[in-house]
Parts: sequence; structure tokens; C-alpha cells
Amino acid sequence: MITLNINGKNIRADVEPDTPLLWVLRDTLQLSGTKYGCGMALCGACTVHLNGEPVRSCSTPVSAAVGKKIVTIEGVGRDRVAKAVQDAWQRLDVVQCGYCQSGQIMSAVALLEKNRKPTDADIDGAMGGNLCRCATYVRIRAAIHEAAKSLA
Amino acid sequence: MTTTRIENESRRRFLQGAAGLTLAIYLPAATAAGGSKKAAGAAGFEPNAFLRITEDNSVTVISKHLEMGQGTYTGLATIVAEELDADWSQVRIEGAPADAKRYNNLLWGPAQGTGGSTAIANSWEQLRKAGASARAMLVATAARQWKVPPAEIVVAGGVVMHKASGRKASFGQLARAAADEIPPADVKLKDPKDFKLIGKRVPRKDGADKTTGKAVFTQDIHLPGMLTAVVAHPPRFGAKVKSYDASKARAVKGVVDVVQIPSGVAVLAKDTWSARKGRDALTVEWDESAAFKLGSEQILAQYRELAKSPGAVASQTGDADKALAGAARTLEASYDVPYLAHAAMEPMNCVVQLGKDGCEVWNGEQMQTVDQMALAKLFGLPPEKVRIHMLYAGGSFGRRANKDSDYILEAAHIAKAIDGRAPVKLVWLREDDMRAGYYRPMFHHRLWAGLDDQGRLVGWRHRLVGQSILAGSPFAALVKDGIDGASVEGATNLPYAIPNRLVELHTPTNIGVPVLWWRSVGSTHTAFSTECFIDELAQAAGKDPVAWRLSMLEQHPRHAAVLKLAADRAGWDTPLPSGKAGERRGRGVAVHESFSTYVAQVAEVTVKDDGSYRVDRVVCAVDCGIAVNPDIVRAQVEGAVGFALSTVLNGGAITLTDGRVDQSNFHDYLTVRIGDMPRVEVHIVPSAANPTGIGEPGVPPLAPAVANALAAATGKRVRKLPISADLLRA
Repeated sequence: MITLNINGKNIRADVEPDTPLLWVLRDTLQLSGTKYGCGMALCGACTVHLNGEPVRSCSTPVSAAVGKKIVTIEGVGRDRVAKAVQDAWQRLDVVQCGYCQSGQIMSAVALLEKNRKPTDADIDGAMGGNLCRCATYVRIRAAIHEAAKSLA
Repeated sequence: MTTTRIENESRRRFLQGAAGLTLAIYLPAATAAGGSKKAAGAAGFEPNAFLRITEDNSVTVISKHLEMGQGTYTGLATIVAEELDADWSQVRIEGAPADAKRYNNLLWGPAQGTGGSTAIANSWEQLRKAGASARAMLVATAARQWKVPPAEIVVAGGVVMHKASGRKASFGQLARAAADEIPPADVKLKDPKDFKLIGKRVPRKDGADKTTGKAVFTQDIHLPGMLTAVVAHPPRFGAKVKSYDASKARAVKGVVDVVQIPSGVAVLAKDTWSARKGRDALTVEWDESAAFKLGSEQILAQYRELAKSPGAVASQTGDADKALAGAARTLEASYDVPYLAHAAMEPMNCVVQLGKDGCEVWNGEQMQTVDQMALAKLFGLPPEKVRIHMLYAGGSFGRRANKDSDYILEAAHIAKAIDGRAPVKLVWLREDDMRAGYYRPMFHHRLWAGLDDQGRLVGWRHRLVGQSILAGSPFAALVKDGIDGASVEGATNLPYAIPNRLVELHTPTNIGVPVLWWRSVGSTHTAFSTECFIDELAQAAGKDPVAWRLSMLEQHPRHAAVLKLAADRAGWDTPLPSGKAGERRGRGVAVHESFSTYVAQVAEVTVKDDGSYRVDRVVCAVDCGIAVNPDIVRAQVEGAVGFALSTVLNGGAITLTDGRVDQSNFHDYLTVRIGDMPRVEVHIVPSAANPTGIGEPGVPPLAPAVANALAAATGKRVRKLPISADLLRA
């Protein structure tokens, strides 16, 4: 039995310590907003925040998350920056199939928490690990600028 | 019932002989007896099969089509809401059950399903009638209650009003009583000039749930007692299980069962990670006696050999051989495209619950009727006992419309193997998804053209070699005289005025790699070969690529219009600003019609001395008839540009070695990332024509436009996708 701090709450889970955080979130705790896409930290669909840093939960053993603050797409919206990002995403209608968008938003929030005025190059750098097969990238870029503007 | 001709050129060709040319547009009723009915649960009414209005004032549109990213739910609901005069904020959307009697795709005849960019095109008139009919029933109800003539009643923004008496009511207030109305036999549709939602920017209905993690995909289904299955698949297509040892797999904590199924060995566990560990602990010996063992290079060598001799005639005008023999100048080129995986972000998956007298399926369901029949056959059930819940699909690009119901049957076989003891969620890991086949077929094209002494194109021969998608599938009857229309679409209907032309096809049948439609199907490769070759010919004739195309498009004004618009907005007639030292720049163009939608694109590229290149900007012009939601049309074309660019850039190919698929995940099957994405501009041609598709048509012109731009920048014609930077060195 381990204890995890997820979205501000302490939650106990009976899981093997080598289980990736992704599957603990999705299967054990049924927080299924975080998605599986590749299992190898190649696509970013599983991005969550660990002490504010974006990490790929598919390649993070749950044992590495013990004692840290885990924030997922289900909880991130309470934060002002995340709310601005989600609002911008909706205003510009970024989503298509939507499967990768939880991960995109988690990466975008982490970028804006550190850099309130990202350039296109900053965005390409921070978002380069998040794949979108619908290729919504044009609008992802625009929505990050839009969120930055609304936070200024 | 009225009968309408649907103007949909590509689909009409595709369906000739299947559904015929004239399609009955009718409005299925909410009840078998043909009337409306009271809504189950919340009080209200269901005026027809596409609509439910309840006392809480919500308007629920029932979508017969899958939402897999293309904005289909939003578009279909917009059409209903327009004729209903609903307020957009009161509109909800719900996926329809599998029931081809009510929810068939009118362009697919009797079958229910989503594909071929038909969702809006086939629903247009049907859903306008659904909305208008419900509106008329609400008006009749109000007229009856208020004792006023129906003609004096107006409806706007979800409110029914009688101005003279000042009375008004919401849809919700009228819903219960409206259930007693008889649906009108005929309804008047709006004049398009009165549209309030269609053609305007209406926000997507799935935006909020998809930005907060609330949207439910198949991957997210949790049922009580559900087991998750991960499968060991054979290493080569056509191999079977010879024997297996599950002792180590069964020892993995969380693993509940291991079963053999036709497609491999399935490990069932309480969660995905345990199932994966169990699967990886299996020892399986495969019988590869019937397995396919060729590599991509060997397949290509075979295709090149085939292309030396004439194939089956797909289309013919005049005498191409004679015209080529008599031409002042002839040119010849061949083009190659590889297998491509769909690689949707959500790998294939499916939930099946097998009960005593039926089964229930949860799936990003793209082809209800085919899957329902396949499951009914496997389980020995009548089709209506197969209930399918259509969920959001995390992308598909054609993969979930599997002609053989491959992953769905795999899930069903597992459920059957455990006698339905638990609901089963089949999860394909990325590697399973990428190596499962059903790829866009590899194709080899060989083209010959003859120019007269004025530089006019007088002869054209186009020979294609590649596997048939339709052969051996439930759609095999559509293959006529050895020609699979899905292999040659885009080639046989080349729009240019060429007096003598011949299109031939070789369809090899000894290649054991499963193939499938992939976003824009045949046009993915026919647009590449024809639009690159046309560009080469323009150069050979000493003509401007845009002007030369236009000179041959007099009979095709919609092609010409998008070509002119894209060229104009791209500044075709002004020189492209030059690059920095060590950079070569170029501009290229392509135009193509697919699914009755016309798209032209102008691409701008920058190539460095080492051959590495990037696409800087793509200017697109689109004619898809009435743009129901112009912002979604733009989004689809932006996305199509990125999706297609993955087939151009390095690493965008599935290859085989000795029959084994070389790629397994996103490190060796490379798809476009944000840093690769060009600036994209989309210009929509204003139109009063009925809407056509937009999910696919943005894909075909991109690869040829970029290849032509690279040729303009470097002087090098690369005739093989993906385009290797090594071939573009200064």
C-alpha cells in the first residue's frame, strides 16, 4: 500500500511499486483523463505534473511519485494559469479527436507557469514531446499565445 | 417521402451498382408505427429518430455518425438546430445506437457507418427535415394551446412566440404536449439567406469535455468486474499459434486467465499493466508455414516488374498509345509510396460484454452494420441483439472502419473464450497497433506523357501497381472487371483536358500485408503521382505550373477556382523572398478533388545545403459547397496539412524486412510534431451548392505541393515518399 498526493488529496493505492503512474491513475484510481498513447514517453498523451514539472506518467514508476504533489487534468483547472489555458483552448476550438489534449494542456500549463510570454520557439521547445495526429498544432500555438495574453 | 439526387461525384462512382444514383431521403420516425413519441425518462418528445426535446428545455440531437475529430457531432447538430431555430446553448449531442433501419448512411445504401467524408453530405437534407419537422410540431402545439393560426407564430433562439397576443413558450414548455402531434408529411426548409447558425462560427460541442479530461473514449470504459486483455500477436502476417506456455504469465500478480484465440494468445488481468506484464511473460511458438515473408524492397521490385507490362484498363479516352508514339516529345517518370499506419493517438481497443441473450459493445464505432453482422455471426445472435455504444474515437483516419472488424472480433473472441464470465476490454499497446497491418497500401506508379510541338499535352498513360483494399472484403462486389475504384480514384478522373489517355491497374494478390483505407484513400497516392508529373511536364513545356494547369481546366471550373484562389492568396505571381546564405527556397502547387471537395494548396519550402528542409507556409483554397461550420472546415484543412506532411518528412513510412514490420512506436514511425508544422492559411470558396466532405480532402494536395516546391528550390525531382533530405543536398 502506498500513499499518493493527487490533486491535493492523499489517496492510498494497493499497487506494485514498479507500476507506471499512468496505470495507477487510470486503472486503479479511475482518473482516466490522463491518456495512454505509446508507453515509452514518446507522445506526451500521459503528461501530468509532479511537483509542478511535466512528466510522462507512462514511464514514471509510481514509487517515484510518492511524497510528491501529483496534478492531473482532472485537478489542474483550479489553477489560474490552467484555467486560462483551458479557456483559450475552447475559445479557439483547438481540439479535434481530443485524445492527446489532456497531455497538451498539461505541457502548456507547465510552460506558462515558468514563462508568461513564450515565443513560437519556446512553444515548439516545450510542446515538442506532445504528439497530435490530428495535427492541431497551429491552434495549440495560437491558444498558448492567447492564454499568455489573458494572463498578462 | 421525397426523393433527391445527391450530387457527390466521387461517392457516386464508388457506389455505382451498389446503391444506384438516386437516393431516397426520408425521415425515420421515432417509432416503428411512424409517429413521434414521448421521450423515455425525462418528460418530453422525440419527433423523429434524430431529435429529443425534453421539459428541461434541452434539445438532444442523435448523431448517426462517429465523432473522431472532424467536428461531425457539432456539424450535424448545427444543421438540426438551424431548421429547429434552437438556441445553440440548449443543444446536446448523443451517439445513435447501431440500427441501420433508422441510421443508415444515405450514401452507403443500407449500411450504417462513417467514412468517405460523407457525414455532412448524406445528412444535410435529412437533418434539415428533422429540425424543420420538429419545429412545425412545436408551432402546431403552441397554435392549438393559444388558439391562434400557426402562420402567426414565430420561432427564434429556442422560443416560440405569438407577437399579437404576446404569448411565448420555450421548447421545454411545449415538449410534453408536442408529443401528441403527428409529424407533418412535408415541411418547408429555410432559404439559406435566413441561416443563423450554418455558415457562422459555432463553437464545438466537445471542446469543454476534451479540455478537462471528461470526454469518454473506449480506453476509459470501466465496468464492474471488467478484465483487461493484452494479446501476443504473431510476428508475421498469416502466422498462427503452434503452442504456448502460460505458466510464467499466470504467475504475474493480477493475471486472471490466458486464452488462445484465432489471432494469438490473450492474457486477461485486473488492470492493463498486469495484462501487459503477463503478455510479455508468455512463451509462444508460432506456425509460420503460411506467413508472409517478403520485405518492402522485394515487394517494390515485384511492382516495378509488373509495371513493365499493360494492366487492366481502368479508364480510357482516345488512343493514348498512338498519341504518345506521335508526340513531339515524350516524358516518363515513376513514383513510389510506402505502406502507412494510421497510428491514431488512441490505439485500437474495444469493450465487449457477452450476456445470455445478447452482447454489448463499447467502441469508437465507425462501421456499425459491418461490425454488428460480424459479431452476430460469431456469437450466433440476431444482429439486433448486438448493441453497440458509439463513443468518441481518439482518431481513426479510417482504421476503426475495419472491413474485417479485426480488433472488434479479437475482443469478441476473448469474451467468448471465457464464456462471457466478465466484460472484456481489449487494449492494443502502441506496438500492437502499429504492427497489426491494415495499412495504406504501398503503390508504384508509372506515367508517360506526350507533348506536341506547341507544348500541349496530347497523350497520357498512367499505370498503377498496388494491392486492392476492397478485394476479399464485404465490399468485394464493388470491384468491377478487376478494377478496385479505391486504387485508381484521383487517377481515372484527372480533370485536365488531355485528348488521349489511358489508366491501367495491376492488382497483385500474393502480398499478405492487410491494407485499408487511410484518410483520403486512393487520392493519397494518385494526387502525388499525377500532380508531381503535371508539374514536371509544365517545366518541360516551359510553362508556369499554375497557368498551364488552368489552361487545361476549362471544363472544371471548381478546380480552376480553388487553384486561382490559392495562387492569388499565396502571391504566386510575386517572387518568393530568398533565404539566408546556404538556404534555397521554392514554391509548389497542387490541386485535387476528392469526395466531391476541391482543394488547392501552395507550399513554400526552405532547403539547407545539407538537404534538410522545412515547409514554411501552406496556403489552401477549399470548395466544399456550403461550409456548415467554416471554422471547423479551416481546422480540418489545417490538420490535414499536418497529417499529410507526416508522409513527406523523414520517417513517415511502414517498411517490412522478411515479412516483419520494422516500426513499432513513435520513435521509428515519425509523425509531425509542433516544430515541423508550417503556417497554414485556409480560404473557403463561397458556395450555394450542397455541402460535401471536409475530413479527408485537405490531405491529397499537400505531398505533391511540397515535392513540387522542393523541386523548384533545388532543381531535384524526388519521386518517392517520404522525401529523403539526402537527395536534396546542394
